[in-house]
Amino acid sequence: MIGPTPIPLGEPVPGSSFVGLLDSLGLAPRWEVPPGATPAGLPEGTTVLALRHEEGVVMAGDRQATEGHLVAHRYIQKVFPADRFSAVAIAGTAGLAMELVRLFQVELEHYEKIEGTRLSLEGKANFLARLVRGQLPMAMQGLVVVPMFAGYDETDRRGRLFTFDVVGGRYEERDYGSTGSGARLAKSYLRSVYRPDVDRVRAVELAVAALVAASEEDTATGGPDLRRGILPNVYSIDAQGVHEVDEAEVRAAAERAVEEAL
Amino acid sequence: MTVPFYVAPEQLVRDKAEFARKGIARGRSIVAIEYDRGVLLLAENPSRVLHKISEVYDRIAFAGVGKYNEFETLRKAVIRQADITGYMYARGDVTAMGLATAFSQTLGHIFIHELKPFEVEILIAEVGERPGENKLFKISYDGTLYDQQGVAAIGGKSEELERALRDGFSEGLGLDQAIRLGVEAFRTAEGRESEGWEAAVLDRTNGRRAFRRLTDEELRSVV
Repeated sequence: MIGPTPIPLGEPVPGSSFVGLLDSLGLAPRWEVPPGATPAGLPEGTTVLALRHEEGVVMAGDRQATEGHLVAHRYIQKVFPADRFSAVAIAGTAGLAMELVRLFQVELEHYEKIEGTRLSLEGKANFLARLVRGQLPMAMQGLVVVPMFAGYDETDRRGRLFTFDVVGGRYEERDYGSTGSGARLAKSYLRSVYRPDVDRVRAVELAVAALVAASEEDTATGGPDLRRGILPNVYSIDAQGVHEVDEAEVRAAAERAVEEAL
Repeated sequence: MTVPFYVAPEQLVRDKAEFARKGIARGRSIVAIEYDRGVLLLAENPSRVLHKISEVYDRIAFAGVGKYNEFETLRKAVIRQADITGYMYARGDVTAMGLATAFSQTLGHIFIHELKPFEVEILIAEVGERPGENKLFKISYDGTLYDQQGVAAIGGKSEELERALRDGFSEGLGLDQAIRLGVEAFRTAEGRESEGWEAAVLDRTNGRRAFRRLTDEELRSVV
């Protein structure tokens, strides 16, 4: 199928979708759990969030994955650049979510290369919703994946963000959004401090402080661990594209937030 | 009962080759030139919308001459092949070598088994980690694969172009010099001025995705 034997040139190779291509070749990942089985003991990602600011949008996530009451991974990454102008964050069953992200990243780039133009931000969000909907049977068996999507809309010239639910519902958030075990806590923190005119620097501070607020009350969410040097992943997306916020800036914000939370 | 005329295999191959060559000669050529930061691809192309040069993968690009629908089919197939391999294994496992050998098989198969061969020549370029590690592969209509160093040209005037390029080529050219060399080679080979350029680079300093199209301003300032 792969390697030296090339993919056949003609039909039934589909148009511009990578997921469609995998389907047509029988290579699509199969998400199936036998009926009645309840997989347990899988790592779960916890809290991720995004908020809009004047120039775009900031997206952040803690670094912990848990298995029940135990810490499964301390350094996991839950926020990923999806393409040049968008990022995706994940919560829920980590293994499935990370594969979903990989598929999503390849899909966006594949479309861009085949068509010679990027999908609209709306188009990317709708496609992600479709991927999430494909996971519904798994979600019914407890393997839930709920991503968030944020990006810079090149047409509207502003940052936008979307949250999802397990049935593939897609909700555009006006100011901020969060998903995962500490989402409620992060959102209630943001509700009290968010202003629509925040700038990028302030948005990074608020994002980190909201994660700290969530970690104070939700044991699954990992707060910044300054002793080990574990800091949240923070990405900023604006007209220049998506880029990771400097570690020094995140560290300063984390130190302040931890101090204030005491 | 009618007996089909016997055609000698030599004759058949010769006819098909001549047919393909004629088709390719009608199109305009493309050159690839290695420069200090990567590979420059330069095509004579009056259209701003229909591209002959395209990104394939992180460090790999594709260029095609001949019949548009045929090299466009190949371009998409190369991208699909690359994305599938990268998704199944790892991004680093996608190489120009792998893609070029695969599509030399495809074109060879079509040339022998189809009534009408593809009237195309394609070029697959890869920028290496360091200068001297770049790869340039040419694949002709019958699947013949050429591995080139420094410069390469495809299309009806490829021989004249390559000769002109070799005359002016040296290692470590800057991008501006490479563009001028390409433009000058077209002038020598075609004996006329171009109606428009399409240019792109694989630049190793460009991050994960090395491919970048050059803007009209960039070209105009040099040419």
